Amino acid sequence: MTTQGNGAATTPLLELQGISKYFGNVVALTDVSAFVRAGEVTCILGDNGAGKSTLIKILSGVYQQDEGRVLVDGEEVRFDSPRDARAKGIATVYQDLAMVPLMSIWRNFFLGAEPTKGVGPLKRFHRELAKRTVRQELLEMGIDIRNPDQPVGTLSGGERQSTAIARAIHFGARVLILDEPTSALGVKQAGIVLKYILQARDRGVGVIFITHNPHHAFPVGDHFILLNRGRVIGDYAKGTATREELVRQMAGGAELDQLTHELEGLSAGE
Amino acid sequence: MAQTATPTVQDERVVRVSVLTRILQRPDAGALLGAVAVFVLFSITAGEVNWATDGAIWSSWLNTAAYVGIVAVPVALLMIGGEFDLSAGVMIGSSGLFLGILTTRLDWNIWPAIAVVLLFGLAVGFLNGYTVVRTGLPSFIVTLGTFFVLRGLNAGLTIKLTGGVSIANIDVASGFESAHKAFASIIWPEYGLSVSVLWWFGVTAVGAWLLARTRFGNWIFGSGGDQVAARNVGVPVARTKIALFMMTSLVASLWGVMTAVSLRGMQANEGVGREFEFIIAAVVGGCLLTGGYGSVIGTAFGAAIIGMAQIGIISSNWDSNYVYLFLGVILVLAVMLNTAIRARAARAR
Repeated sequence: MTTQGNGAATTPLLELQGISKYFGNVVALTDVSAFVRAGEVTCILGDNGAGKSTLIKILSGVYQQDEGRVLVDGEEVRFDSPRDARAKGIATVYQDLAMVPLMSIWRNFFLGAEPTKGVGPLKRFHRELAKRTVRQELLEMGIDIRNPDQPVGTLSGGERQSTAIARAIHFGARVLILDEPTSALGVKQAGIVLKYILQARDRGVGVIFITHNPHHAFPVGDHFILLNRGRVIGDYAKGTATREELVRQMAGGAELDQLTHELEGLSAGE
Repeated sequence: MAQTATPTVQDERVVRVSVLTRILQRPDAGALLGAVAVFVLFSITAGEVNWATDGAIWSSWLNTAAYVGIVAVPVALLMIGGEFDLSAGVMIGSSGLFLGILTTRLDWNIWPAIAVVLLFGLAVGFLNGYTVVRTGLPSFIVTLGTFFVLRGLNAGLTIKLTGGVSIANIDVASGFESAHKAFASIIWPEYGLSVSVLWWFGVTAVGAWLLARTRFGNWIFGSGGDQVAARNVGVPVARTKIALFMMTSLVASLWGVMTAVSLRGMQANEGVGREFEFIIAAVVGGCLLTGGYGSVIGTAFGAAIIGMAQIGIISSNWDSNYVYLFLGVILVLAVMLNTAIRARAARAR
């Protein structure tokens, strides 16, 4: 894996230009642009219904955009399936859907990309290699699993997310798309996942971190893109916005002021 | 050897797991224990006929088990892949009748006829799978439809062509003797053990290998366990499911051929109702009805239990209708056990 510098001049690994997506007469995304460079974290922030899920699905090849362009290394591409995206080094780690709970860790880790040995009709899943690799990869991320045979359902939420991140990196992900990796986690577990995001970044991976929590995004992000009702309502580089501004923008600015005012009125009236 | 004086630095999450617990955590453990229990039960109740030691008794229940076990293998794989095939039983009849028509009405040599029948099986399986994948309808409904369509065709076309409800004299076909040797011969004449038992073991071995040792097997687990997650990581879920439906119909067709060759004819209603026996064998064998979990070896034990029940109840001089009662109880007990196992496996934290 070639690690590119952090200079502003480098071509983004992945770039979206003017993406729009419609479902019948419902407009899910309008003119959304974003990019991520190697060794950087781009945070996409948005409340429920902002269009984050649709955006991820376009990035990972589950949906195709109706308008706009997706560029990988500056060249326009079209992903017809998650396989296409993965072949380009774009790996997506989904919130709850990253793993099959009933399957063992090693089966999950290699699901869809199983190493094989043997030829012809005797070509088979290289199980020993799979188990060894899983243990090794997780250890490198600081996760000491007890037994690769145990079902993923028995792991904690943080362990599951971290395993999924380790998997994506193992498969040569150059761009890692994380869908709400911290939302279902406790404070400590979320911290662990944020640490893995920075580890991935330091290994030269471009990370797209999708979240509704500005407190999780702020400490790790290099860029912040705010989505609301399918549109970009804010685009900041690190250092050009404070945490408070992000929080305010996320909650809809003026709307939040109004709400705060009303709530204060209500509690005063008690 | 715990050092109680100093706080232990060992991971507190590590729990020592005994070998017995590990074995019990396997999906096929319940079926193995069940098969042993049923064997012991009949050793006692059918002691007069030397249940445990008589080779003829063993042959009888193995032959009967093969009757369920061969088709139960792909049915189990399909169930682990998250789908059902209710047309697997009636496909036996359709395939046997089709073979009968090709050989007795069109005077085909039996071998090309068998090849065409197996292609027919693949086509029906493809139709089932493609419909399920494309429409997103429950496979229970789609294959129930196939079941009734084939059932109607079996009876209607047989009556139209023969005036009766069966096709007989398949043994007039050229090449019949070699086909009979391959599919229906007795390999141990002293006790009457049928070659179908070898087919059962063979199909089980291939199925078990496919599930546990190949990429395709991993895709089956993934497709049945969580098809959205599997698709998201690049598993061709639709192709996997269609392939499983095709395998199921193919093996049902194969069994139809074997039955027709063995009986030298075919009844129009052959196979109807057997689909439930395949499902029972798979469920008793540890397959979850909801998919994502199960075992082919366990399914073979499930088929063995059904075979033993059918022969053992007769050998014990009980009314043969109690076979159904017996299987019903076994089925419910198995589902309860499997649910407990799944709760254990999927327990978060």
